[in-house]
Amino acid sequence: MHLSVDDWSAIRLTLELASIVTVLLLIIGTPIAWWLARSRSPLRGVVGAIVSLPIVLPPTVLGFYLLVLMGPHGAVGRFTEALGLGRLPFTFTGLVVASILYSLPFVVQPVQNAFMAMGDRPLEVAATLRASPLRTFFTVALPLARPGFITAAILGFAHTVGEFGVVLMIGGNIPDKTRVISMQIYNHVEALEYGQAHGLAALLLGFSFVVLLALYTVGGARNTLGAGR
Amino acid sequence: MSGVHVACRLPLADFVLEADLTLPGRGVTALFGPSGSGKTTLLRCVAGLARGAGRVEINGECWQDDARRFFLPTHRRALGYVFQEASLFAHLSVRANLEFGLKRIPAAERKVGWDAALELLGIGHLLERGTEALSGGERQRVAIARALLTSPRLLLMDEPLAALDARRKHEILPYLERLHDELAIPVLYVSHSPDEVARLADHLVLLEQGQVLASGPTGEVLTRLDLPLARDEEAAVRVDARVLSHDEAYQLTCLGFAGGHIQVTRKALAVGAPARIKIQARDVSIALAGDNRSSIVNRLPARIVGFGEAAHPAQCLVSLDVAGTPLLARITHLSRDQLGLVEGMMVVAQIKSVALLG
Repeated sequence: MHLSVDDWSAIRLTLELASIVTVLLLIIGTPIAWWLARSRSPLRGVVGAIVSLPIVLPPTVLGFYLLVLMGPHGAVGRFTEALGLGRLPFTFTGLVVASILYSLPFVVQPVQNAFMAMGDRPLEVAATLRASPLRTFFTVALPLARPGFITAAILGFAHTVGEFGVVLMIGGNIPDKTRVISMQIYNHVEALEYGQAHGLAALLLGFSFVVLLALYTVGGARNTLGAGR
Repeated sequence: MSGVHVACRLPLADFVLEADLTLPGRGVTALFGPSGSGKTTLLRCVAGLARGAGRVEINGECWQDDARRFFLPTHRRALGYVFQEASLFAHLSVRANLEFGLKRIPAAERKVGWDAALELLGIGHLLERGTEALSGGERQRVAIARALLTSPRLLLMDEPLAALDARRKHEILPYLERLHDELAIPVLYVSHSPDEVARLADHLVLLEQGQVLASGPTGEVLTRLDLPLARDEEAAVRVDARVLSHDEAYQLTCLGFAGGHIQVTRKALAVGAPARIKIQARDVSIALAGDNRSSIVNRLPARIVGFGEAAHPAQCLVSLDVAGTPLLARITHLSRDQLGLVEGMMVVAQIKSVALLG
């Protein structure tokens, strides 16, 4: 299996994108998951549904609306231009923004489940031991939800690595900027370079398997993860 | 103002919890009642974990006063709370669990020392363990120590023994009795076990369907014939006594209490030491004054205060007054009529057996 310079560039770009997106998603997704797990607001259902949309939506639909929104006539596009940031479509930043929306449910849901599974009791115990709600969140809720965070990080990363439709719509196919692995495979197939496509495709297949294997192993080890130090 | 004042009104699914209580500023107050009578909810209202309407004041310190729109959140109330299941933090070791609350208390406000708490609950050897490695009784002792280490002004305990089997209960009860003896703070103790109440409580609040049926000194409430407690199969009174002397020849120990003295089989207690005893209603029989011969050693002159219905229609309850100490006897209606027992009559209470507590 021989990988070209372009292939390596696509791999590097993909890993970079997935890493940045995963970190940002954990930061953005945690408060959303906390709110969804603990709020009794009537808006809970609506927000939950919106967050989960990318699970059922064709990526092209999400990509299309993002393209319109972030384009020169879209609200977000005009906003970013006013800020002097330029337009987001066909840039790496645009890809990051799109990937965050696209992978959001895969991070929010495991964390939300972990927060819900721990129940009120540990938080109540912490309150009776004089810990403020903020301190309780960091010293009790986050550590107890650790298995959920591991699952969320793995799923968020893997899902971003595997995206294609959204990138196609708003990222284009610019080498070193937006050409990720899935795009590169598409290019190879278009050019009838099946051997090259195989190299990358097999890589993704192996990657996905290892990720799921890790996930199921971590899932099985959940009890030991929560216990002791 | 000293004492614990709790006024609380909170509509629940099946009834409205309504309590307006003034409780002693130290010692153990038991909140007693059947499951689902609102005991735990009342405790949660005192802790601020549930939001009832009313007022909570602990020995002069106000935690909630809806008249002034004042509500202190739980983490700013100086309380200790022991939940039914131990609720130790699974991600922390025993030591880190104990330190969790302690490290938030300024050194100057620490009244319960680290060593004292470990010694009181007997958990010094468990410090470096993970919480998974502990037995149910050990967990609950760690949870109690963790609560004590925050130097609370009020200790709330929600059926701390309910999740334990009989053996673990007996393992932990002596620790609770030591708490009772050594702590100068009020304790609210939720229980549905008459035995625990008799052993631990100084003051008793009886709840049913969210309403307070009775609130008073344990001895009084336990012997009130209009309350369901006296009708319980295990109905008993607790008597606080002191060791007067030992009779080496007959291997007996003589205990003195407000109403007289009582002899029990020889106990390894020093003369002068306090001894709490439990006398069950079924172990007390009644004889007429005059004939003094009986195999029963403990025969105390008593006045009949009143009669009540027992659980079985053949039996009735007799409330007795032994020179100021209340006592309960369960006898048959047949005996009552044959002996011609009436209110105000002087009789002899024969105590067949006595259980030494702790």
